Amino acid sequence: MKILVCITHVPDTTSKIQFTDNNTKFDKNGVQFIIGPYDDYALARAVELKESLGASLTVLNVGEAETEPTLRKALAIGADDAIRINAFPTDALFVAKQIASIAKENNYDLILMGRESIDFNGGMVHGMVGELLGMPSISPVMKLDIEGDTVKMAREIEGGKEFLEAKLPLIAGCQEPIAEWKIPNMRGIMSARTKPLNVVDPVDSEIATDVTTFQLPPAKGSVTLVDKDNVEELVKLLKNEAKVL
Amino acid sequence: MNTITKQSINGGEFLIKDTAAQDIFIFEEFSEEQKMMAQACQDFIDTEIHPKIEEIDSMKNPDLVPSIFKKAGELGLLGISVPEEFNGMGMSFNTSMLIADIIGGAGSFSTTYGAHTGIGTLPILYYGNEAQKSKYLPKLATGEWAACYCLTEPDAGSDANSGKTKAVLTEDGKHYIINGQKMWISNAGFADIFIVFAKIEDDKNLTAFIVEKDFGGITMNEEEKKMGIKGSSTRQVFFNDCKVPAENLLSERGNGFKIAVNILNIGRIKLGAGVLGGCRTVASYAIKYSSERKQFGVSINTFGAIKQKLAEMAIRTYACEALCYRAGQDIEDRMAALAAEGMEDTEAKLKALEQFAIEAAIAKVHGSEVLDYVVDQGVQVYGGMGYSADAPMERAYRDARISRIYEGTNEINRMLMVGMLLKRAMKGEINLFEPAMAVGNELTAVPSFETIDTSELFASEKDVIKKLKKVFLMVGGKAAMALQDKIESEQEVMMSLADVMIEIYAAESAILRTEKLVSLKGEEACKQQIAMSQVYLFEAIEKIQTAAKEAIASFTKGDEQKVMLMGLKRWTKSDLVNTKELRRQIADYMIEKGSYPFS
Repeated sequence: MKILVCITHVPDTTSKIQFTDNNTKFDKNGVQFIIGPYDDYALARAVELKESLGASLTVLNVGEAETEPTLRKALAIGADDAIRINAFPTDALFVAKQIASIAKENNYDLILMGRESIDFNGGMVHGMVGELLGMPSISPVMKLDIEGDTVKMAREIEGGKEFLEAKLPLIAGCQEPIAEWKIPNMRGIMSARTKPLNVVDPVDSEIATDVTTFQLPPAKGSVTLVDKDNVEELVKLLKNEAKVL
Repeated sequence: MNTITKQSINGGEFLIKDTAAQDIFIFEEFSEEQKMMAQACQDFIDTEIHPKIEEIDSMKNPDLVPSIFKKAGELGLLGISVPEEFNGMGMSFNTSMLIADIIGGAGSFSTTYGAHTGIGTLPILYYGNEAQKSKYLPKLATGEWAACYCLTEPDAGSDANSGKTKAVLTEDGKHYIINGQKMWISNAGFADIFIVFAKIEDDKNLTAFIVEKDFGGITMNEEEKKMGIKGSSTRQVFFNDCKVPAENLLSERGNGFKIAVNILNIGRIKLGAGVLGGCRTVASYAIKYSSERKQFGVSINTFGAIKQKLAEMAIRTYACEALCYRAGQDIEDRMAALAAEGMEDTEAKLKALEQFAIEAAIAKVHGSEVLDYVVDQGVQVYGGMGYSADAPMERAYRDARISRIYEGTNEINRMLMVGMLLKRAMKGEINLFEPAMAVGNELTAVPSFETIDTSELFASEKDVIKKLKKVFLMVGGKAAMALQDKIESEQEVMMSLADVMIEIYAAESAILRTEKLVSLKGEEACKQQIAMSQVYLFEAIEKIQTAAKEAIASFTKGDEQKVMLMGLKRWTKSDLVNTKELRRQIADYMIEKGSYPFS
C-alpha cells in the first residue's frame, strides 16, 4: 500500500499578516512557517496507517526551496520520503496539476491532504486532483479506516455526520479529529536528515489566476452587550447606532 | 563547530583576554535540526503542560506528572545527553542547553525535568562503570525509570560535605547498609533511582551510591508545601537500613563530594539556560497583556513606563542568552578538543566542564536574577491582575524564586566564581597577576589620551569593556593583596567582585552576539539587537561602578583609596546613552511582533 500526503507550507496561525509590493505580495519577513494544520491531521492519520498496515508514506509539497524544513518536519514525524515540486504554488489548479502528475507516475493507493490550506483556504485541490486522476475525492473527512480495499469514512455535513465507504484508490481532504497531531520525537528528527527528499521540476501548467490586490479585513470594532430581556434597548441601538434598521 | 579556527580561551580568561565575535556561538546559529527539536519541545509544553498547569501544581492526581514524564521520555527528551548506545540521543552539549532552555517555560515540570536529566542521570553517565551504565542509563533515557539526587540533609545544605548519612559495609562485603535523612529531594515522590551521598565509616568525604527504590528501607515524608514549583515532587527521604549491593557504589570511595561538585557544575550552566524559556514566556505574556489592557482610553503599551519594562525584560534575556550559549559552546568545543587529543570521552567532558566552572556559576547567577527581574516586572505590567492567581504572572513569580536558591545559592556561586579564579591564579593556571600589575602601574601613570576610531560598530563599546576588565583587575588585584588569606571570609568583597565579573561577561557576550549577528544579517536587520547591547552595557557600567566602589571602600583608605577611585572613574567613563529612546524603540518592535522576538 502506498500513501501520499500533500502538505502546505503556511504561516503560523499566530503570525501577523502584512503585505508588500503595493499589497500584491504576502510579507514573509519574521513569519514562522508550519505544516498546514489540516494537512498535519492528514499526516498524523497516514503515519498511523503506515504503522498498522505496513504502508509506505511519501509527503509532497509544491513550493520553492524555503519549504524544505517543513518537508523535513514531515519526515521527522514519520514519512519515509519526500518530494518537493520546485515551483511557487500559484493557485489551486496549478498545485493540483503538479500533484496529479506525480500521482500518475507512482500509483498511490491513498492520497491524503488537509480539507483546505490555512493561507488561501481554497479547499479545492483535493477535488481537482480527483478530477484529474479520475479518482473519488471526499472531504472533509473526520474519520478514516481501511479494511482490505474498502475505505470507511465519516464526513462532516451540515448539522451532522455522514458515514460512507469507497474503494481504493481514493483522495481525502482531512480535518480533526481524524487523528491527533504528532510531535516529532528526537529520534525522528535525527533520522529525517538521512531520508530522501527529492526535488522535481514542475510540469507545464497554465496560470489561471492573477493577484490584483490583498486587503486586510477591517479591524474588529467594540461590542455592546444587551441584556436578553431588554429588547427595546437592542432595537434602539440597532436603529440609532448600528443604523441597520 | 569552530574548533579549527577558533582562538582557544580558558575558563575565566575572558577577564584578561579579548574575544573575537566570530569565536563565539550565538543562538541564531542553531541548525534547522536543532530548531526543530526546540520546536518539538515547545509543542510538547504547549499541548501537554500548559493546558494542565493548574492540575499539575495542585498535585491532586499523583499519576499526572509521571504520565507527562513518560511522554517526555517517548519523545526522547529525557535522553538528550545520553549516548545512543544507551538508548539516548547523544546530542551535543549546546543542544542539551537549548532543550533545557525551552523546558524552562514549563513551570514546575522544568524542575522535574532538570532533576531527572541532570543531577539524577549524569552521575551515572559520567561516573558509572560499564555495568552500571548499561543497567541504568537506557531506562533513565527513555523515562521508564525516574531518578532523583539525594545530597542535601537538614544540617548539610550549602556545606554538603558535612552530611551525616552513613553507609556501612556488611561483614560479607556484599552490601552497604545506608542510614540517614535527606531533604528537599526533587522527584522523590515518583523516583525509581536515588543517587545517594553518604559517608563510609569516618571518611572525610562523601561516597555516592546508586540506590533502587526496590532495595527497600526507603521511606518519605509528605510532599513539602512550597512557595512555587508546586507541581514538582519535593520530599524528605529516609534511609533506614537500606541494603545496597556493593557494586552500586558509584566511582570510588570518598569520591562523592567531587561527583556532587562536578554534577552541580553542569546543573548550574543548565539552569542558566533553563531560565530562558521562562523569561521569554513571561515577556511574551506581558507584551500581549499590555496591548489588550486599556486605561485612560488607550492600551497601556503606549505608555513609556510600560515600554521601559518590556524593553528591559528583553534586554536582560538577550544578554543571558548570549552568555549561556557562548559558554555552552566553549564547553562543547573543549570537550571535542580534549577528546581529539586522545583523552577518554567522559574524562574529556568532565575536564571541559571543570575548565568553564566560573562561566557556569556566572550563568546560574545571572540567569536566575534575570528571571527574577522579568517575573517581577511581569507582575507589574499586569498590575492588580499580576497579583491574582487567576492570571499567569502570579505562578511565574513564585516559581522563579527557587532558581536563586537551588544548584548552589547565588551567594555560594558568587563566592565560588571569585574563589576559583583566585585559586587558579595562585596555581599559575591563569595569568591574572601580570595584567593586574600592569593595571596597577597604569593607575599611577599619566592617563593615555589615545582616541579610538569609532566609525566601526561597537568600537567604543568594546573599548569600554576593555576598561571594565581593568576595573576588575584593579579591585580584584588589590583585594587579593590587601586581604590575602582573609579574602574568603570577606564575603561582601567577594560578592562585589563577582558582580563585576558577571556584568563584564554578560555585557561582552551581548555585544559579541550582536556583532556576529550583524556580520550575518547586516546592520539594518539588527537595529534592535544593537540597541539592546548598548543599553545593557550602559547599565552594566553603573552596576560595576557601585560594586567596585563598595569593595574599594571596604579595604582601602586615604591616598590609595583616592587613586583607586580615580582609576574607577577613568575606566568606567563612557558616552551617555539615551536609554529612554532606545528602550522605546525596542519595546515598539516587541509590540509590533507580539511576542519576545529575539530568538
